[in-house]
Amino acid sequence: MKQLLELFLTFAKIGGFTFGGGIAMLPMLQKEIVEKKNWATQEELMDYYAIGQCTPGIIAINTATFVGYKQKGTIGGIVATLGMAFPSVVIITIIAALVSNFQDLPAVQWAFGGIRAAVVALILSSVIKLMKKSVIDIPTALIFIAVAVLATVTNVSPVVFVLIAGVIGILLKGGKKS
Amino acid sequence: MSYALLLLELFGRFFLVGLFSIGGGLATLPFLTSMGETTGWFNAADISNMVAISESTPGPMGINMATYVGYTVAGVPGSILGPIGLIAPSIVIIIIISRVLMKFRESKYVNYAFYGLRAASVGLIAAACYSVAKIALFNGEVFAETGNFFLGFDLKSVILCAIVFVAVMCFKKLHPIACIVAAAVVGIIFQMG
Repeated sequence: MKQLLELFLTFAKIGGFTFGGGIAMLPMLQKEIVEKKNWATQEELMDYYAIGQCTPGIIAINTATFVGYKQKGTIGGIVATLGMAFPSVVIITIIAALVSNFQDLPAVQWAFGGIRAAVVALILSSVIKLMKKSVIDIPTALIFIAVAVLATVTNVSPVVFVLIAGVIGILLKGGKKS
Repeated sequence: MSYALLLLELFGRFFLVGLFSIGGGLATLPFLTSMGETTGWFNAADISNMVAISESTPGPMGINMATYVGYTVAGVPGSILGPIGLIAPSIVIIIIISRVLMKFRESKYVNYAFYGLRAASVGLIAAACYSVAKIALFNGEVFAETGNFFLGFDLKSVILCAIVFVAVMCFKKLHPIACIVAAAVVGIIFQMG
């Protein structure tokens, strides 16, 4: 029970301070889930993101379910996910009920100007941390560069990149051993 | 009775959105547009208003949109059932995937696949970082007006971004939440955005 509460509260904290979608959540996940709680490794986080991009639903939610399930099984997956959604539901309900022009308030827009700039820096630092664990030789460096460039200049679905990279991984590693 | 049916319909419709939208919160947009057209619950202007609010509040955007639509359509019970409908399919799917993964964790082929796939995963995150940076640090309108690429950069944002980056790289203990709160304060003081 105590562990479930901890799952709920940790993910509620992450959900309450994530501005800008699943990618913006990454720095928070690394700090809370990997570094503080040891609930997952950097490698697992990358796996969750890769799978999250290929499965239905929101990446943030999928990652919460993965971590929760790993800690406490099915109920853990559900509790962590509800924790993640909880702050949004409360905040949005209040805004929808009371503040009709919240997003037009100058102070809100200014605060978000600042937050957006900080989020870029935070995501960049996350990418560097993850690269140390995943871009470990020439083939992975080539995969990283190719996906980063192609995902920027084309509209190809992330699913395609993830599947092709997985197959390349099997071919390279499997081919070498045999 | 008809209210109960409305709640059920709300849940069902968001369940379908959750089942078929792959990727981030913005992937839910086309589904919301068609939901508005089919049900008449909201129109295109409402949707752009919802996106603006979802982007100006914490939390995953898909959840924010589901909550807002749910509240607009059916009050507080709707604002709870909308997001629950949205996340229900992912929970089921991810739990199934988790079970399968645990079973095949030792398989060398799964590990080989992850070797390639992790690099791609980080590549995708880097691409997403670029598109976030473009919005946060670069003003396309100024660029279009002046034609000067360097004038397009928002100087205050670039400086704040650089300071936060140096801070998180130098001080490993610095919590991202502290950075976000500080950046919001700085944003208000210097009237950014």
